[in-house]
Amino acid sequence: MTDVVHPSAGHGITTPGADFHERSANAVANPVLQQALHNLDRRLRTAGTAAAAHPEWKDRAAAIRRETLLDLDGWLDRLERALTTRGVQVHRASTPEDARRIIVGLARARGARTVVKSKSMATEEIDLGNALEEAGLTSVETDLGEYIVQLAGERPSHMITPAIHKTLPQIRDVLAREAGTDLAVDREALTAWARERLRGEFLRADIGITGVNFAAADTGTLVLVTNEGNGRFCTTLPPVHIAVMPVEKVIPRLADVGFLLPLLTTHATGQALSNYVTMISGPRRAGEVDGPEELHVVFLDNRRRTLLGTKYEEMLACIRCGACLNVCPMYRNVSGHAYDAVYSGPMGKVLTPLLSGGTEGADLPYGSTLCHACSDACPVKIPLGDMILSLRADVPDPHTPTRRRRRLFWTLFARAWSTPRGYRASTALGRISRGRVPGLRAWTATRELPRPAREPFRDRWAREHPEERR
Amino acid sequence: MPKVALFVTCVADQVFPDTAAATVRVLEAAGVEVTFPPLQTCCGQPAITAGEPEAAARLADHHLDVFGALGSGEIDAIVAPSGSCTAMVCHHYPSLMTERRAEADALAARTFELTQYLVDVLGIDDIGSRLDTTVTVHDACHGLRNLGLGPGARRLLEVAGATLVEMHEPDTCCGFGGVFSFGFPEVSTRLADAKLGHAASTSARYLVSGDLACLMHIDGRRRKVGPSSAPEPIHIADLLASGLPSTS
Repeated sequence: MTDVVHPSAGHGITTPGADFHERSANAVANPVLQQALHNLDRRLRTAGTAAAAHPEWKDRAAAIRRETLLDLDGWLDRLERALTTRGVQVHRASTPEDARRIIVGLARARGARTVVKSKSMATEEIDLGNALEEAGLTSVETDLGEYIVQLAGERPSHMITPAIHKTLPQIRDVLAREAGTDLAVDREALTAWARERLRGEFLRADIGITGVNFAAADTGTLVLVTNEGNGRFCTTLPPVHIAVMPVEKVIPRLADVGFLLPLLTTHATGQALSNYVTMISGPRRAGEVDGPEELHVVFLDNRRRTLLGTKYEEMLACIRCGACLNVCPMYRNVSGHAYDAVYSGPMGKVLTPLLSGGTEGADLPYGSTLCHACSDACPVKIPLGDMILSLRADVPDPHTPTRRRRRLFWTLFARAWSTPRGYRASTALGRISRGRVPGLRAWTATRELPRPAREPFRDRWAREHPEERR
Repeated sequence: MPKVALFVTCVADQVFPDTAAATVRVLEAAGVEVTFPPLQTCCGQPAITAGEPEAAARLADHHLDVFGALGSGEIDAIVAPSGSCTAMVCHHYPSLMTERRAEADALAARTFELTQYLVDVLGIDDIGSRLDTTVTVHDACHGLRNLGLGPGARRLLEVAGATLVEMHEPDTCCGFGGVFSFGFPEVSTRLADAKLGHAASTSARYLVSGDLACLMHIDGRRRKVGPSSAPEPIHIADLLASGLPSTS
């Protein structure tokens, strides 16, 4: 296996296409997808508005996250010590391959056969589900949305609501195929069937695998947020719990959770608090009746620490709430699969090229109107709009032929337009051609383009103000 | 009498000179003396959005040479009929021009979008324009989010007598986005359609914005689709100037 963001590029993508443009065009032309996206708009677009009245919340959250980044390695060491003291085994993985090897190794050492997973973007990032299957284990997603996506052979299209790209009849079809019987197109009936099925999976699982929402360095507490209670089953029933934690999930103090947690849920779904909050402080101790016998935490780096000290460092403040997706005009129209990446929406446009060292998602930053709605929505004030813009210059490799041609064009443009004479000459050419310059077809196929005016404003001004000469 | 240098923007200069002239009339109606530095060209925004900051910096250098040369005795402010071009100067120049950071900061501090200058700087919301019409407002993204423009545009319109009917999601992008409108025409056009649809639902006469690029995109789609009930896209300077007494 190679070290890439998603080794199975193209796998599980419902929106095909060679590049982001082609996939986005296919997405807007797909009526079923567009129907499903109405649900996203209805449910999530205004999540976070309750917090908008308190701009100081964002300031404080941003400050806590940046405090962590100032000394990330220090906080990770403190977290590791606190976890170890409580009997937790800490593993450090610098690449997705490392993380997969560690987890598969743990599973083999226990002779495990079945795994239950709670929804986690980190495990998507390391493509853990496929790695477990390849190692001969059965891995079952237990978040209902992610379960649907897994059964459909797809990938989550939204990090909070993984199956938001599907309509109810489509979901019925997926579950009915698994059930082997007909199921009604009814939310409650479908949920009841899945609940029943998953209950059995929890009871027979040898290992529970989860992500981590926050990890407090002072107490060694892992915080997990779910709405379905599946996270709690995954962390208490199986004899082994493995938590995959991207390194930036560490926070300095347990006391910060009381503040960051409502901020996360408000921006994710509009809930003041999620239905379940699980705080884990080590494996089962003598005399305790539940909890796993073994608890492992895998610190996942995957190029994150290389971002420290760069202009993209603040991306590590992200708490994966999805607010930027929910307000993004691009995301709202094309949905997650068009991005062909683990992370979609504005944060995905930034994170995908950065975590892959520029080999993945290099065209994502161009699929943005640069409206900055993401920057405004972000609860930890990451300047996503500015980062998307910067990435256009920073990825891909500036030495590719396309990049060289583009650079040549804009260099000539800037050279001409940075002198009044060059500006005057080139705009005069534009007037003579009456705006018919090559390359405009992409615009004019669906929109009229106005022609240049016969007399530019500067000439009119000079004519009307003959006394002004500078 | 406050003195202002008009930062006309290349789009207004070359494609919409009437809007530039209307901007001058609106400023003069507010009691401002307007000058036009004739050596100005383009702020460089197209280059930065294309991913070429070096080319953008070259244009920014020229813009800074032209407008930075105007002393505080000559002008009080630099005003543009565009939130987006103003945002290029105020939001992007300081980080783009690291070698001229102090000059860039000083330029940013005295560059304003038209309604921002009138309402927030001068404190003027009545310029003597009288409008007997209905309007809906599209909040152009860069003015709204890079400059933090407040209710100034709506205030000017309402004080002039226009009836404001808010559309659904007035602050959602029209889909222009510069190079985005060429690179992703399907999504771009869809966003313009959504904007036109929301505007049409208000039954307003005009769809008002402070940015010509957005208006060019929205109107370009409106004209392509053919006769429609969607309000007529118009720049706020054009609409306000149309309500000024003809002698002023």
